[in-house]
Order: sequence, then structure tokens, then C-alpha cells
Amino acid sequence: MNILTYICSADFIYMWIRVATPILLAALGSVVCSKAGVVNLGLEGTMLISALFGVLGSVYGNSLFWGLLAGLAAAIIVSAIFAYFHLILQANNVLCGTAVNTMATGLTVFVLQIATGEKGNSSSLKSFAFPNIEIPLIKEIPLIGEVISGHNALTYVALLMVFLIYMLMYKTPLGLRMRAVGENPDAASSVGQNVIKIRFIAILICGALTGLGGMYLSMGYLSMFVRDMTAGRGFIALAACSMGQATPIGALVSSMIFAFFDGLSNILQVLKIPSEFVQMLPYLATIVGLTVYSIQQSIRMKQRMKK
Amino acid sequence: MNSNKKIHLLVDSVKMALIIAIACGLVSVIVFTVSEDPGPAIYSFFVGPFTSLRRIGNIVEAASPLVFTALAVIIIFGSGQFSMIAEGAFFIGITGTMAAAIALDLPAGIHSVVAILFGGLCGALVALIPALLKMKWSVSELVTSIMLNYVVQFFAIYTVSYHFREVTSSSLASLAFKETSTLPVILDGTRIHGGVVLGLAFCVLVWFFLYRTPFGTKLRITGDNPLFARYAGLGVTGVMVAAQVIAGAIAGIGGGAELLGMYNRFKWTSTPGYGWTGIVVALLARSNPLLVPFAAAFIGYLNVGADIMARSSDVGREMVDIIQGVMMFLIAADALLRGWKQRLIVKAAQAEEQEKAGEDVKEVQA
Repeated sequence: MNILTYICSADFIYMWIRVATPILLAALGSVVCSKAGVVNLGLEGTMLISALFGVLGSVYGNSLFWGLLAGLAAAIIVSAIFAYFHLILQANNVLCGTAVNTMATGLTVFVLQIATGEKGNSSSLKSFAFPNIEIPLIKEIPLIGEVISGHNALTYVALLMVFLIYMLMYKTPLGLRMRAVGENPDAASSVGQNVIKIRFIAILICGALTGLGGMYLSMGYLSMFVRDMTAGRGFIALAACSMGQATPIGALVSSMIFAFFDGLSNILQVLKIPSEFVQMLPYLATIVGLTVYSIQQSIRMKQRMKK
Repeated sequence: MNSNKKIHLLVDSVKMALIIAIACGLVSVIVFTVSEDPGPAIYSFFVGPFTSLRRIGNIVEAASPLVFTALAVIIIFGSGQFSMIAEGAFFIGITGTMAAAIALDLPAGIHSVVAILFGGLCGALVALIPALLKMKWSVSELVTSIMLNYVVQFFAIYTVSYHFREVTSSSLASLAFKETSTLPVILDGTRIHGGVVLGLAFCVLVWFFLYRTPFGTKLRITGDNPLFARYAGLGVTGVMVAAQVIAGAIAGIGGGAELLGMYNRFKWTSTPGYGWTGIVVALLARSNPLLVPFAAAFIGYLNVGADIMARSSDVGREMVDIIQGVMMFLIAADALLRGWKQRLIVKAAQAEEQEKAGEDVKEVQA
């Protein structure tokens, strides 16, 4: 099979959108956080926890709704803990994020073992997944229909969120406050803004979005929870956010760039390259992407200095 | 001034004691809610690690790799960088040492030294990458180092499975190391190995380096206040890069020592996570290299306890990760007990003032 023709095919683009979804959702969460001036390293752990609790919620509540609720609740609770320690108890955000991630790897396996007796995955549980949605009319269009229609519900939610987060950040008073707090907390607090409260809200919104991304992994992309299934996507989302200059559109574009290599690594397995190198690809692409972006930034800075 | 120092020490000690108590309390709460037979589970967790010499040895063995990664974390964080490269440097150190232990033919003793040093070199090289990217183009070292950890993980597995693989083994394992390379056991009845001594030596070395050499002072100033360091004309970027390279080398050496001390084949399929746990240890040691062995021993104790408990009861060993995460939160919480500290300092200052006033009165009377 010729790789190039495959990349141009509808199948690949369909998969590309599929693998971009969790990164995009978490990156959008990170956008809200970053704009409010908090770097949330806990995305990875938050995703993992909501991925598990979404599955468990749907199993014990016996419906998708309870799964969604449990996953979101778990993500928001974890984010609230992060926010409490970072904002109220003034713990360093990188350490808080690392604490969330450390806790998440242990907690998910621990709870999984209690629920299923296994440590690897939740395949023994009958969990629900978010449905795929066929868009009428568009579905009928050749090629475009194949690519755009039939995705998971959360994929459409993610795309919708790009718009909603844009509206939130740039068209609402809360968004304005968040950006003000992120830009200059002292100035914002001098005009009577409660910096801690606004950042707290931003972290919770970030948690909810990241939670959706996590649930997509276990209730859409796959239909079960697998130990450590986030595999660094939370960190990649963080990189996508900073490469997209913490704007929703930028996050969308850079998530798509990183997801391209994620998707590529899925199909390159057929080549005779050692699979380890193929698996490295998304992470290497993130490093290279961030570097190229930073070089650009520093050149731009220099030019500005000259003026 | 002196009383302030005492107050800091007092509050810090109380905070640490409190955190350790909370950690132990949390263990009990989790076991009681989860286990059907909590009594023996708790007993095996807390007392189990001390029931035999071999198990006490296990604590030391578990602490040994954490000493190295914690020292690396102390140096990196101390220079004001948030690079998570300790994890990757440790793993690439393991890989490099493995290659040297299998491929080279050297007399006993020298072989281990060369192999471990090669591991250290690999660690330093890996740590250099995020440092250079940061120095040249200010790429966030946080994300690049984490991504690099994944790259290192796959590279290590590639190296093992394509170049050093034991073909007869069904699971992924390397060839056996040459006997000349392995580190000697130093305490009979346990597996406590030469790497432990090396780790302790490094604690003293790193302490000396940070607190008694000009470069260490530069490093600490850069970490505390980079702006001041820049204005004072310290080569901030140089210090930053050097700190990460040294830290990477230490983590790599730690990986090598762990490999040659504890194993005779490479069997990992993913990074063991000592770099992340090293952060907990570094925090618990208040970033003081001399306290690292104790902090590492405590975390080692928790891990051994969790292992013993998992073997003898229905509670999974992953509980210990939850505990470590909670401890990380609590130690990082700067504001915890700060109000109390503030009150103590105010009280001490008031007492001092009164004393002075009293002395003044006496002088006047005289």
C-alpha cells in the first residue's frame, strides 16, 4: 500500500479527526486555564480519571447519562482539588499538576482493580459509549460526507466547543475578566476583580473540557478503559495550547497538527520501520513543533526589538 | 534572626510530621474502606517491611534509585527549571549501562565503573536537549522534557529488542550482563548493593556542590531570583544548562547503578517512574541533599509495605501512588501552617522587643 495515497484518502482524514478529538478538548481546557494565567500540568491525570469514572458511571448507572455525569464530576472534583491547593494553599502549579498525575495513575488502576478484579482494562464491564452521529444530507455527499459525517458525538461537541470557548473568552464579561486576570493579576485585582475566584472558575471549566476529552478515549475512541490510556495526550494538549498561543482557533490548528502524526503512527505500523520509532512520532513531532514555533517567536521578538 | 530560623525549623518539622501522619492516616482509611479484612492488611503494610532482614533490605533497595532521581530533581528545580527529564535520564542511563555491560569486555570492577559512567553520559546527553532548546529559543522545558521521556522510553525498548534481545525468551528481555559488570552485594541476606553506597556518596557530593562551591551558589541564586542573578552578571543560561546536564548525569548514573545492582537482564517495557517519585522525595527532603536518604527510605518503606500488603491481602499496591500524590500536594502547599508560623514570628519579635525595652529601662535606672 502506498502511504501517500492513503494519507490523502478519506479514511485517513476521518481517522485524523478521530485522534484529534481528545487532544483538542484538553487543549481547549488548557486555553481557558492559560488565558487566566494558570498552566495546568494536571490535564493528563484529569483525563485519565474521567476516562475511568465515565466508564464506571455508565456501568453502575446503566446509562450513558450517568457515565457522562460521573466522568464530568470526577474531572471537576480533581480540578477543584488542584485549584484549591494552587490558589488557596499557594502550591506551585507544576507540582500540583504532577501530584494530580501521580495520583491519577495510581487511583485509576486501584479503582479498576476493585471494580473488575483486573489491572489492565475494563473489558469485563458492560459500559456505554457515546454514539456516532450520521449527519443527514451531508452524509450523502461523496468524499466530504465520508469525512465529516459519522463521527462520535464528542467529536462534534469538541468542534462546537472551539466556537463556544471563543465566545466565552472574547464575548462575555467572564472571559474578559479571565483574560485580564491572566494578563496582569495585580491590575485586575486593583480594579476589584477577585483573582482567585476567577482563576478557580477557569480551572473548573478546564477540568470539564479535559474530562470530556478523557471520556472520549474510553467511551468513544475505544469502548473500555485501559490503564494509562491517555499516553501523554494531556501533555501534548498542553503543547498544542501553547503553540496555538492559547487561542481556541490556534489550539484547533495545533491539535490537528499533532494529531496528524498520531494518526500517521497508526498507519505507519505496516512499514518495515521498527515500531518503536513509529510510536515515538507523536512525541517527537510535539518537540519539533514547539521548537519551530519558539524559533519563530524569538525571530519575531528580535524584529520587534529592532523597530 | 536566630529565633526566626528556629521558628522556620519548628514549623517545617511540624508540617513534615503532619504530612507523614496524614499519609499514614490515609493509608488506614483507604484500607478500611476497601478491604474485607483490613486488620492484617494494615499490619502487613506498616509492620510488614520490618519483619525480616530481607524486607528491611528491600526498603533500602527501593530507596536507592529514588536517591539519585531526587538529587537530580533538587539540582534542576534548584536552578529554577521545571524539567521532568530525571525520568528519561534515568531510563536512558539504564539503557546505556545495559549496552556497555553486555558489549564490553573488561576486568571486573572496571567494567561496572565504565558501564555506569556510560549510563551517566547518556543521561547527561538526554538532559542536554531540553536545556539547549530552552537556552537557544526559550522552548518550554516542561513540555519538551516530558515528551522526551516518551521518546527515550521507546528508544530504549527499540535498543533492547533490536540489538540486545535474548532470542530464547518469550517476553522482552535483554541478554544477560557479563558477570564482570554487576555490582557486589554488600550485606549478606539482602540485595543491598554497591549502588546504595554510591547514592549516599552522591548525597554528600551534591550537598557540597550546592552549598560549598561557587558554582553551587550561582545555581541557587539563579533558582531563587533569576532576575537578580542576571543583573549580578552570573551567566544565568550557562548555569541553567550545566545544572540540567549534571542532574541528567546523576540520574543516568543512578539508572546504571540500579541496573547492575539489582538485575542481570533488562526487562522493562515502560519507564519505571522513578523520576516522578523522585520529585516527591526531593520535596519531602525539603530540597536538602543530606535529607534525601531519609526521605527516599520513607517512600521506599511505603512502597515495600504496599507490595507486601498487595501480596497478602485484597488491597492493590497502586494505593501508594495515591498516597504519594497526596503528599506531593500537601508538601507543595506553601500556605499550609503559614498563619501559625506568622503568629510565632510576631510573638518572638514582640518578646524580643519587650526584652530590649526592659534592658533599656534597666540601663536608665542604672
